[in-house]
Amino acid sequence: MNVHVAGSDVETRTLAIVGELKRLEGPLLPILHEIQAEFGYVPQECLPVIARELNLSRAEVHGVVTFYHDYRDHPTGRHVLKLCRAEACQSMGGDAVAERIKALLGIDFHQTTKDGAVTLEPVYCLGLCSCAPAAMLDGEVHGRIDPDLAQELVAEARR
Amino acid sequence: MTTRIYIPRDAAALALGADRVAKALSTEIAARKLDATIVRNGSRGMHWLEPLVEIETTEGRIAYGPVKPSDIAGLLDAGLVSGGNHPLCLGKTEDIPFLKNQTRLTFARCGVIDPVSLEDYKAHGGLKGLRTAIAMVPADVVKQVTDSGLRGRGGAGFPTGIKWKTVLDAAGPQKYIVCNADEGDSGTFADRMIMEGDPFVLIEGMAIAGLATGATKGYVYTRSEYPHAIAVMSEAVEVARAVGVLGPSVLGSGKAFDMEIRTGAGAYVCGEETALLNSLEGKRGVVRAKPPLPALQGFLGRPTVVNNVISLASVPIIMDKGADYYRDFGMGRSRGTIPIQIAGNVRHGGLYETAFGLTLGEIVDEIGGGTASGRPVRAVQVGGPLGAYFPRALFDTPFDYEAFAAKDGLIGHAGITVFDDTVDMLKQARFAMEFCAVESCGKCTPCRIGSTRGVETADNIARGIEPEKNRELLTDLCNTMKFGSLCALGGFTPYPVMSAMTHFPEDFSPAPIAEAAE
Repeated sequence: MNVHVAGSDVETRTLAIVGELKRLEGPLLPILHEIQAEFGYVPQECLPVIARELNLSRAEVHGVVTFYHDYRDHPTGRHVLKLCRAEACQSMGGDAVAERIKALLGIDFHQTTKDGAVTLEPVYCLGLCSCAPAAMLDGEVHGRIDPDLAQELVAEARR
Repeated sequence: MTTRIYIPRDAAALALGADRVAKALSTEIAARKLDATIVRNGSRGMHWLEPLVEIETTEGRIAYGPVKPSDIAGLLDAGLVSGGNHPLCLGKTEDIPFLKNQTRLTFARCGVIDPVSLEDYKAHGGLKGLRTAIAMVPADVVKQVTDSGLRGRGGAGFPTGIKWKTVLDAAGPQKYIVCNADEGDSGTFADRMIMEGDPFVLIEGMAIAGLATGATKGYVYTRSEYPHAIAVMSEAVEVARAVGVLGPSVLGSGKAFDMEIRTGAGAYVCGEETALLNSLEGKRGVVRAKPPLPALQGFLGRPTVVNNVISLASVPIIMDKGADYYRDFGMGRSRGTIPIQIAGNVRHGGLYETAFGLTLGEIVDEIGGGTASGRPVRAVQVGGPLGAYFPRALFDTPFDYEAFAAKDGLIGHAGITVFDDTVDMLKQARFAMEFCAVESCGKCTPCRIGSTRGVETADNIARGIEPEKNRELLTDLCNTMKFGSLCALGGFTPYPVMSAMTHFPEDFSPAPIAEAAE
């Protein structure tokens, strides 16, 4: 995950992923998910390969990659902390929690700490609205975040 | 006999530490050599009591909660395994008032069974609806769903049976069932809970839809923010396929139906059915103009049923118990039950399934128990980020599609988000516009540009710049978006904005900020 790989390796891995998933009806999103799982982001070098294999223009593939919030064009930090910013979390002091976490990490949303440890991302609803405010750290969910838990989460992410 | 101890694997329970509790309990069971096993069930929906630990006894299940890992030793000392008394003991689960007063049809098994055990599912009435459907001709299945009065639970409230009939009557070499599991609305989690707590009911509902309309392939399009739901659904589909519930001959009927789970990529607009279809096809999740209806030209241009999770999950019980049984619940043209999701600043947050018709006030004050903060309730947003904010003055509105529409609101996916008196309604209106600007697919101008202008206008009001003129401008923008947008994202964003302005005008007349005085 999240490693820079040489261009030829990207092409080989991309070809393998596309070859495996091409048979699906509507294969582009599953392919992009797999590529992001493989490289930690969607490297630019993948786009012409995918386009060629799926008989699409490179612009079409680029258009899809940039449309969705999930796809990244560069690697994240070692940990990704997603903080819910939607209404239910707002009603339970989510804004204050967000400010506190930003201050503790010294970054804003969409940024990565200088040591490469944590990337902070906003998310609009994790379906944990009855135990707000909520967050997801590397796929693990956390509810009812108060100042203490915010500090714990940041400490855990820093590790 | 080995005692079964239930600890949910539902994401809300996990977010509150259910895994740590399960681990602590498992360690202690081993250390004390107890004859007990842990079952990871779905959630009963009483989220303020999560993690809720339940013990199976001869008298029924006994509940304890909310349980922390540090409580485990004490609980076992108090005889947890035999349902012993302890300060965290809540008595019999079924007797907890929040649960006892519900009418659980769609969620009957959620939190009760092991979600990925087909045996458990069958032991609790599972697959009966599918067997009934297999014995009927497709048109009769469609008629039974139509007669039940079931309307799409995703928000639009369109009659499910009529949609199915269009697909049944459409000609095509291949038809599809697409389950819209892109539950992006803040304040909603019913889809997630069904997928994590009773995935087979959704699989069964989709198989019935397939048999009823002649569709042999189904897709569940789930948002990427729900990794736990995706994992449970994927596991359940494999189990169903392995035993022939899915595949070339559904339950030996000779009729084929199979399905796949697909993951979205973080775009709210993909909850709109045509944007979802584009996304499923591997395109940008841009809204399509209707007509053509997806029922006629949907996924890959072929006849497609697009239904919400809860709509599909409600079908098995309709097929099992009959259209009349289901239709007899509810009021007016809102028939059956609705899983109300109570969230935000509320004491008893969770999922409450009941017949249509409770008033908003009953839901918020009595069932929800008022705010978590203990301060007065000021505003309640019903129906997600595109739903209207209701003040206390409208708490007598009954939960019914038409009654909410008459008050310029919507039920949507039946999510209710409670705010106390510290809420700033101008800020909430601004957020609605900002959310629309972030999530707009960009296809139509009112939504794409109107929302950005809406944010600027709200900011100007907050700064005290020509407030009267800017309130008028905001109203004008809302009208343009409401009547000029292609889909509900731009078309419904005016609901939260206008309701905030109408019901909470005091927040839109801030004291002028004397910038020069700062």
